[in-house]
Amino acid sequence: MLCRTANDLYWTARHIERAENLARLVDVAQRIELLPERTEAGRQDPAAWRRALDALGLVPAYTKRHGAVVASKVLHYLCLDAENPSSIYTSVRAARESARAQRGAITVEMYEDLNTSWFDMRKLGHEQFESDGLPRFIEWVKTRSASFRGVTVGTMGRDEGYQFMRLGVFMERADYCIRMLDIKYSEPLTGEAGDARKALGYYQWSALLYAMSAFETYRRLYRTAITPERVAELMILREDLPRSLAACTSAILAVLITLSGQPRSEVARQAGALAAETRYGRIEEILAEGMDVYLSRFMQRLFALAGEIDRHFLLAGDVSTPAVAA
Amino acid sequence: MTDRYDEMHDDSGKARSHYRAFDQWLTVTPPPRIEQKRREAEFLFHRVGITFAVYGEQDADERLIPFDIVPRIIPRAEWRVLEAGLRQRVLALNLFLNDIYHGQEILAAGRIPSDLILENSEYRPEMRDMDAPGGIHAHIAGIDIVRAGRGEYYVLEDNLRVPSGVSYMIENRRMMMRLFPELFANQSIAPVEDYPEMLLDVLRSVAPDSVEQPTVAVLTPGFHNSAYFEHAFLAQQMGVELVEGQDLFVRDDTVYMRTTRGPQRVHVIYRRINDDFLDPTVFRSDSTLGVPGLFSAYRAGRVTLANAPGTGIADDKAVYPYVPEMIRFYLDEAPILANVMTYQLRKAEDLRYTLDHLEELVVKEVHGAGGYGMLVGPAATKAELAEFRTRIIASPAKYIAQPTLSLSSCPTFVESGLAPRHVDFRPYVLSGRQIHIAPGGLTRVALREGSLVVNSSQGGGTKDTWVLEA
Repeated sequence: MLCRTANDLYWTARHIERAENLARLVDVAQRIELLPERTEAGRQDPAAWRRALDALGLVPAYTKRHGAVVASKVLHYLCLDAENPSSIYTSVRAARESARAQRGAITVEMYEDLNTSWFDMRKLGHEQFESDGLPRFIEWVKTRSASFRGVTVGTMGRDEGYQFMRLGVFMERADYCIRMLDIKYSEPLTGEAGDARKALGYYQWSALLYAMSAFETYRRLYRTAITPERVAELMILREDLPRSLAACTSAILAVLITLSGQPRSEVARQAGALAAETRYGRIEEILAEGMDVYLSRFMQRLFALAGEIDRHFLLAGDVSTPAVAA
Repeated sequence: MTDRYDEMHDDSGKARSHYRAFDQWLTVTPPPRIEQKRREAEFLFHRVGITFAVYGEQDADERLIPFDIVPRIIPRAEWRVLEAGLRQRVLALNLFLNDIYHGQEILAAGRIPSDLILENSEYRPEMRDMDAPGGIHAHIAGIDIVRAGRGEYYVLEDNLRVPSGVSYMIENRRMMMRLFPELFANQSIAPVEDYPEMLLDVLRSVAPDSVEQPTVAVLTPGFHNSAYFEHAFLAQQMGVELVEGQDLFVRDDTVYMRTTRGPQRVHVIYRRINDDFLDPTVFRSDSTLGVPGLFSAYRAGRVTLANAPGTGIADDKAVYPYVPEMIRFYLDEAPILANVMTYQLRKAEDLRYTLDHLEELVVKEVHGAGGYGMLVGPAATKAELAEFRTRIIASPAKYIAQPTLSLSSCPTFVESGLAPRHVDFRPYVLSGRQIHIAPGGLTRVALREGSLVVNSSQGGGTKDTWVLEA
């Protein structure tokens, strides 16, 4: 398969997955911001939104354009802003553009599904966004992403292109899993103490579980109260959860072994190391190391893996030796 | 206009014999059903995404080309003549191309003025003494044919660079078979769907010597190009890669594709980008669409380009009047298909005549294409006539003029119902070790009443074209 085709398919999948994860991330921030304790106290606390921007690395870009962190502005910036390269709007557009360049490599249904998403997205004005409300928008994004996933699984031939799309999905999902944990873990100690703090924590952690569609899985697996340790364990180490780091890294490893045809290639080695870390890691060790240290180290290694994927498959240069003799 | 030839009806208004079965069907099929099928066709075409970006229109980059369900039908006897004429013409054009880039016998014999060829901007000196595989330069040709007067066929234009539209020939046929299977059950209509297979055969047959399993690729400028759909369609139907310039590189005069499994050699490139953009080291240096070193690899015989660079000299409108002469010179045969009478404005007397009769004539730029840079005298305003007159006087050699042909018409569904609209016809001729001609082609229809311009970029539509086998 052409490098460019593989690259476009990989990024089509990444961008749709990114739109969904952005929606989930906005969902977390919104849920945390709206927690009853805070509104009761009558405080307008944009801390959750600042952390959301921070987790996405968008604080400088946002500040430059909009100045102070204001909930409604951040929402618009993350959801609808055509200038923000990391908004839901631009992600849907980018997914459709990459697919448009590869119409021959995907099924008609897949392209039409992306077209539907893009045309609806383009039509959605600020006013309608306001009047429909955020939950409805988040549902829409998740439904569009689910639709594309479904039509991909249901119609696309199981060729190399399919593998690159899977790779894109899980690379992106792993990336956002870390960012979402980061939002919660980077929270500074709150002013509340004792039971109030505990209650607040409970709500915040359940907000994260809801946004990750992980609440039911958590209940089924742990059957006990929601604690930060268990939520972290579920999201990092449990393959039972389809959005966990463990599930993502194990899928990435399988795809890369299939694609490279060599379990000992550098790209498979790096993926294997990440998969091993989530498969055999223990939450106590992670917490002992410090969650933020662990997460940022994991993110760096995920970036390195993305670079290796580029090098190995997607950006072949002239310098490599021809594989086929003349 | 009484002298307009109606493809479907004779002078008494009765359906011609080759249209009888269709006419019958039209009579017995309830109009609401036809209307429903037309809507279905529109919906299906939209789904398939047959779209055509039109240069100069900002927001309409996915406009639909209208499709009309009334087919253009060609009886077997007429097709036989057309086929023989096309074969003869394309054979001569290829011999001409090979000749002018080698010994230039036709120029030496004085049958075509040397300066017309050698000083033409479409003549590529880079191609001198290049031995194209099999001597074939124009592997894919689209010959534009019109009918005028009492139904005589004329060649209006030869397209030998990167002729487009063949995907519509195939898609239109698929659409008709899907919508109206009963029409195909009752008659023997020659199939055209194997065109991609024939194309692949032809491309493989011109691969560099000694390659047993040549790798073919389709080279496109990318999805912003107006014919991108067709490029993707043909690549997919042939089962070969659709590549852009950036996907290829050249080392040691050998062309490779960048694939996820490393470089893979390419032997034949069906290129859908113009000569100018093929190789920035030889042609336009600002081109980012091409591949540096591609031309050198081609000259070294390590890759075949289809069509070869430099074919534009043979379909140049200034050279067009000499095609019958090529047929006589190279084949020693009388041309089977006639040219449209053409005034060459570089000749003083033709210029004088044209300026005196501008409002009756069609004037075309010799290097123009797609219906742009063209004056249709009878339809032009005084201001347009005056402007063209100035342009012609400033550089007469840049123009040719032809009588305004009364193109034949074919019934077409328009808002008011079935009405006659002008049509032309582009069959496709493939030249490799052998010549293949798909029995059919693209019929374009001018949807505006009275309009003679059928180009899709100017509001034209398409029809399925049936060649009857019995």
